Amino acid sequence: MHSYEVGLWIFLLAAFLGFELIRRVSPLLHTPLMSLTNAISSIAVVGAILVAGHKDASTLAKVLGCLAVTASTINAVGGYLITDRTLKMFKKRGER
Amino acid sequence: MTEILYPILYLFAAALYILALKWMNSPATARRGVWAGETGMLLAVVGTLLRFEVVEYHWIMLAFLVGAAIGAPLALKMPMTAVPQRTAIAQAFGALAAALIGTAELFEAHPHGFTLVALTVEMLLGYVTFTASLVAFGKLQELLPGRPMTYRGQNIANLSVLAIAMALGVAMNQTVDPTAIFPFFVGFSLLFGVLLIMPIGGADMPTVIALLNSYAGLSASAMGFAFDNKLLIVAGALDGSSGLILSIIMCRAMNRSFTNVLFGAFGTLQTSAKGEVEQRPVRSASPEEAASILDAARSVIIVPGYGLAVAQAQHKLREMYDILSKRGVDVRFAIHPVAGRMPGHMNVLLAEADIPYDKMVEMDEINGEFPMCDVALVIGANDVVNPAAKNDPTSPIAGMPILEVDQARTVMIIKRGMAAGFAGIDNELYYMDKTLMLFGDAKSFVSSLVKELGAQVAA
Repeated sequence: MHSYEVGLWIFLLAAFLGFELIRRVSPLLHTPLMSLTNAISSIAVVGAILVAGHKDASTLAKVLGCLAVTASTINAVGGYLITDRTLKMFKKRGER
Repeated sequence: MTEILYPILYLFAAALYILALKWMNSPATARRGVWAGETGMLLAVVGTLLRFEVVEYHWIMLAFLVGAAIGAPLALKMPMTAVPQRTAIAQAFGALAAALIGTAELFEAHPHGFTLVALTVEMLLGYVTFTASLVAFGKLQELLPGRPMTYRGQNIANLSVLAIAMALGVAMNQTVDPTAIFPFFVGFSLLFGVLLIMPIGGADMPTVIALLNSYAGLSASAMGFAFDNKLLIVAGALDGSSGLILSIIMCRAMNRSFTNVLFGAFGTLQTSAKGEVEQRPVRSASPEEAASILDAARSVIIVPGYGLAVAQAQHKLREMYDILSKRGVDVRFAIHPVAGRMPGHMNVLLAEADIPYDKMVEMDEINGEFPMCDVALVIGANDVVNPAAKNDPTSPIAGMPILEVDQARTVMIIKRGMAAGFAGIDNELYYMDKTLMLFGDAKSFVSSLVKELGAQVAA
């Protein structure tokens, strides 16, 4: 099997898993859910590091790669922090 | 050694991401979910830095520091009412990262075959989402006019731009030197992003924000195909399906289709309907009268809308909730899925004011309770309580599920004036015999209610 074929299978399964997981999330938490998935998608930082830090990287690749690392770090740090900040506010009665 | 280590770290990271979403299903475990997400990200980054082909660290470390220095204040200082804007700008950054990585890889690795296809998809989604999120941010932050911007032939123009961008993408995959076509491809992708959001008005923002979230995820997934990285594929697919589900929920809550949201320019109806609004008598009440009705009630359901967020009235509302609860009045909050500017917006707003989340009730659960409730108090919401959605098949919002406040014994509506709501449709609710209009700014009116309720205790 080609590696992209394996990739497509993984994509298929992960997408269905995502549907099942998200369907169970209470509408109460839809806003923090969005900031969390946003932070999760900043996993793009992995690609950015591979481009920027590659041993044969040209100047162009280094510049674009480092910009991408910065952008995804903003997203990751900001996303996780605000999700936690939002969730901290959700309290039950008597929990104040 | 490290070559065995990083795939294992990636595997753990993917597992943690899945757990993060699983734990998000209840407020009790949700913060653990954030922890899982953070740890997953950390493992992925460490694993990547350990890979043998990664040799340059200095600039990457600097980029981490700069990113953290910008990202942290953005998250910690931003007022909670600005959460929709923050989400939009974060999506712009995420999409930009994906687009830049795709670009670098295109010029560096001279890809072909399936890798080039994946990179093209990644860049198309990345650049489109980048400008689309920026325009959405501008609209939410009110740097751009929030009303839909429309003109004749808009849909044809937009679809043509998308078609050209996609054709250029296909062309890149057919030529020897894709970098020659690349600038045009990027130009048209960026342009389409702008055009896509221009006709979107405030009420459609929840759907669109969720949809852009989905695109950003799919872009990361496409990157995973280009880099042959399974972790990226999994994380991107999770994000992509999450955004898609949320936008489907939003569409359903408005009884509209995707195409209608993206190409229907909902808010334009407003101009045609405005002239027909007739002058009919309404009953209004002073804060004093309203307070004594609330005080006499046994159960009160409050329906918050975007107007509550605009007026920043949530803290005053909490004070009112406290007074009424202390007197044994059962106070609950009815949340419509599309109230506000992003999914779950109202819940965050009320939670910020320390209103317990077990008092916030979803539409389907609370609708049966309205006939038993003494007072339904609507604050800054309009279309989501308009009975025309049920009763008038010709109404533009016909079929949209609404909060059935018209079933309550008394309806009170805090509103600045008699202007129609976002969809520009007159609301039958205002003219019912049991309806009392409370004219004024949401924050100052709720403050007066709190004052009156306090005075009645003293008396």
